[in-house]
Amino acid sequence: MKTRLPIARNASLISCHSCHLLCKGPKKYVVSTMKCPRCGAILHSRKPNSIARTWALILAAAIFYVPANVLPITTVISFGKAQSDTIMSGVIYFIATGLWPIALVIFVASVFVPLVKLTILTFLLISVQRKSTWHQKDRTRLYRFTEIVGRWSMVDVYVVTILVALVNLGSIATIQAGPGAVFFAAVVVITMFAAMSFDPRLIWDVKEDTNE
Amino acid sequence: MNAPILMACHECDLLQTIQPLMGKASAKCYRCEAVLHRRKPGSLERTLAFTLAGLILFALAVSFPFLSFKIGAQIQQTTLITGVKVLFEQGLAGLATVVLLTTILAPMLQLLGLLYVLLPLKLGRPAYKLPLVFRWTHTLQPWSMMEVFMLGILVSMVKLMKMAQIIPGISVYAFLALIFVLAAASASLDPHAVWERWENHR
Repeated sequence: MKTRLPIARNASLISCHSCHLLCKGPKKYVVSTMKCPRCGAILHSRKPNSIARTWALILAAAIFYVPANVLPITTVISFGKAQSDTIMSGVIYFIATGLWPIALVIFVASVFVPLVKLTILTFLLISVQRKSTWHQKDRTRLYRFTEIVGRWSMVDVYVVTILVALVNLGSIATIQAGPGAVFFAAVVVITMFAAMSFDPRLIWDVKEDTNE
Repeated sequence: MNAPILMACHECDLLQTIQPLMGKASAKCYRCEAVLHRRKPGSLERTLAFTLAGLILFALAVSFPFLSFKIGAQIQQTTLITGVKVLFEQGLAGLATVVLLTTILAPMLQLLGLLYVLLPLKLGRPAYKLPLVFRWTHTLQPWSMMEVFMLGILVSMVKLMKMAQIIPGISVYAFLALIFVLAAASASLDPHAVWERWENHR
């Protein structure tokens, strides 16, 4: 038989999410507006509506991911001729010119990372909702991983920003940012909020419930 | 930290007692292995030094020319903020705001926040509203994406290489140095030490 591990929530204690001070909280599951006596952050034992919020943000990001990849991120206008590029056409251009390391960087950051992040968060949500006790430590690691990698997807948005600033030579050559870039930035920002709204403690809560 | 303290893991909520750490050491949650506390000797002074260096580099990065684009006789010179401005002019205000926030505002506010918290604390007179400012500095951290921007600079330089000559300005080098300094500042910061010192002064 397993011994029951001491969990802050069961002891009516709340760890401040900002400064990690252990505070005396109200009875469990009570939504409150108590503030941390040290740093003033609002205390909650678990992030509020974590599962519903994360699902909503993941769905929004998944929807935006489609126009982000289909619509042009840049349009080059040179001597009256216009040429639009999507993320994939940029990757293909770099492969064609032999710069495959750059192609790989863009592909991983822009196409692969957002997909991986959405997949991992979906997997974590489903496993939490099914009260799974499968590999909890590894799932917590996966969560940490999504928090770290998400930001690198911004790279294409920055490339667009720099191109737009540099290639601004009137009728000779001008680059305009396309709607794809807007959707793309939205995907990155929304998935960051999704990762922030997911509470990794939910992965471990299951164990306590089954032991009770 | 002189006495053992009770802490809850921020990732799995397990309650555990942390023994006082000596020298450079860290305490990990024994269930999920999240880092609960990492002690860093001389954290306050080191972070303050990196913050000051960071602010100087930041001033250089925003005031000197960034990238220049040379095609034939025409030179197009830009500053760090030009891209944001052009995005605004092209009607993409939202995108411009995201770029402005993640590459300029967030790192700047983070540096200013650290200076505001650490300098008076070092002098033994905690700043007004220290908890609020320190909490916001912590909240802003994920939104400061300078290292990603640097990768963006490299990719765009390669992309335009065939079309024209790209000349990096002082700003680019300051920016590059700033990434390392900012990383060092956040790596040397020990929030527990800051809170502890602040509580002692209260």
